[in-house]
Amino acid sequence: MKKFKRIFTYAFLGVASFISIFPFLWMVVSTTNKSVDVTQGRLLPGAHLLENLRTLFETVNLGTALWNSFVIAAITTILTLLIGSLAGYGFEIYRSKGKDIVFNILLLSMMIPFAAIMIPLYRFFGQISAHAPLIGIDTLAAALLPTIITAFFIFLFRQNTKMFAKELVEAGRIDGLGEIGIFFRIYIPTMKTTYAAAAIIAFMNSWNNYLWPLVVLQSPSNQTIPLLISNLGSGYSPDYGVIMTAIVIATLPTAIIFFIMQRHFVAGMMGSVKG
Amino acid sequence: MASINDQAKWKPRRLHAGFIGWGFILLSIIGISIFYFYPMVQALILSFQSGMGASLEFVGFDNYIRLFNDPTFTSALTNTFIYLLIQVPVMILFALIFSVLLNDPTLKFRGFFRTAIFLPAVTSLVAYAVVFKYLFAADGLVNRFLLNINIIDQPLQWLNDPTLAKFTIIIAITWRWTGYNMIFYLSALQNVDKSMYEAARIDGASALQQFFFITIPLLKPIILFTSIMSTIGTLQLFDEVMNITSGGPGNATLSISMYIYNLSFEYTPDFGYAATVSYVIVFLVVILSIIQFKVAGDRD
Repeated sequence: MKKFKRIFTYAFLGVASFISIFPFLWMVVSTTNKSVDVTQGRLLPGAHLLENLRTLFETVNLGTALWNSFVIAAITTILTLLIGSLAGYGFEIYRSKGKDIVFNILLLSMMIPFAAIMIPLYRFFGQISAHAPLIGIDTLAAALLPTIITAFFIFLFRQNTKMFAKELVEAGRIDGLGEIGIFFRIYIPTMKTTYAAAAIIAFMNSWNNYLWPLVVLQSPSNQTIPLLISNLGSGYSPDYGVIMTAIVIATLPTAIIFFIMQRHFVAGMMGSVKG
Repeated sequence: MASINDQAKWKPRRLHAGFIGWGFILLSIIGISIFYFYPMVQALILSFQSGMGASLEFVGFDNYIRLFNDPTFTSALTNTFIYLLIQVPVMILFALIFSVLLNDPTLKFRGFFRTAIFLPAVTSLVAYAVVFKYLFAADGLVNRFLLNINIIDQPLQWLNDPTLAKFTIIIAITWRWTGYNMIFYLSALQNVDKSMYEAARIDGASALQQFFFITIPLLKPIILFTSIMSTIGTLQLFDEVMNITSGGPGNATLSISMYIYNLSFEYTPDFGYAATVSYVIVFLVVILSIIQFKVAGDRD
């Protein structure tokens, strides 16, 4: 009976793992096959990878889309971490009744569905366009600005700051460091793991963001990777091999981050429930 | 209580520290006000206006009345609730079962199973949605497989049948998020006192009884947290519907978010009515959050 249970457990987890991995295997195998082979359900690697890559770079602006996504994700990550950690630190180290009230009000913004603020944001950036075209509609700046400051990261940093030894702040003051100096010279180096976890989440969120860029970015030269894939996928005569190649390239950065930094990855996810 | 003298002595220092403290959080206050709270107010004002594009005028509660006579909105709302009521419980149940099975230290290949089941969570929503659209196409691999093992004798219209299309969306979301939720339960299970299970076994409790009478009650807070997160996520469902079915066939898979998008950017733009529909999501999210706080409050 016990042995039977064991076998059942392995079979169950085996099937679940197979279903979880299969789409990945199919994606990767399909990058090496012709479109016809993909539609006919070929599951063996072919010799069409270079051809698919060439078609991809020749027919669509994959390079530009990768660059746009990278620029947006990199700037978003840096600013999110800086501003979010400044606030998390401020709320916890300089704790006061007033700040706690403000903190709770800021947390309320986590309940705001993006669909509800999408239209006012679109109109807002539309109005800005006339005065400051550099951050108006159809600019990378407009695509990243509303995503930089989120209550989630303030919350995450505040929760983690609870474990930061406050004596270090006193020690810094005695050493003659200013309050901002303490933050940059003591807090940031001590909290490296929190920053790593937060960076992974911020980068992935931005890299995969779809709805807001879809609304605000219009010209092909400003396309991000999700927009490009979505466009390829909704085409009338899709070249499956080429699309799969684009999807694999788009997924690679996040998959690599996951495999290299698995521990930080999970720590980042958990950061949202701790406390 | 500090004496009056102490307070007087501390005051200048505290004022100074308070000032600097506000400095640290100032940018966040400004940012969240501009990009969250101000647009929320704007959307509320918009929801009482109507008109095409930029020419808007106040129409009172007309938009809210229109909600009740709008079959497309009814479809979107119904679809979203079908997704919610089927997908969230199924996913959470699977995630719980996986986490309990994987929490057994004597199990071989634990690391492999855990990584494999979590892997879907690293994909971008658009990327996996496009892959699922092809997998579930009429001549896609899923139909090929089912035909080969003789479960069906002709291809199923996964994307073109109203019921099956909803089912496809549910399968897709479940594939993407089950492993993600499992990780939360696994980490919670690691903090569970093993001796409780020992005691239960000695008392003759079966594995199923242990699952329902120990595991689930202990994980209640985290199950609640993940169900609220999933519910809020599903209420905002957009990427998958847009890229797998585009809301079709008819409006059979349309979600509320996608309807808002269509009202603003696909049809003749009616920002006012779109804002009204968006406030329905706000309303639902607020209600669910209140329920969460109430239930979470009860356990303390």
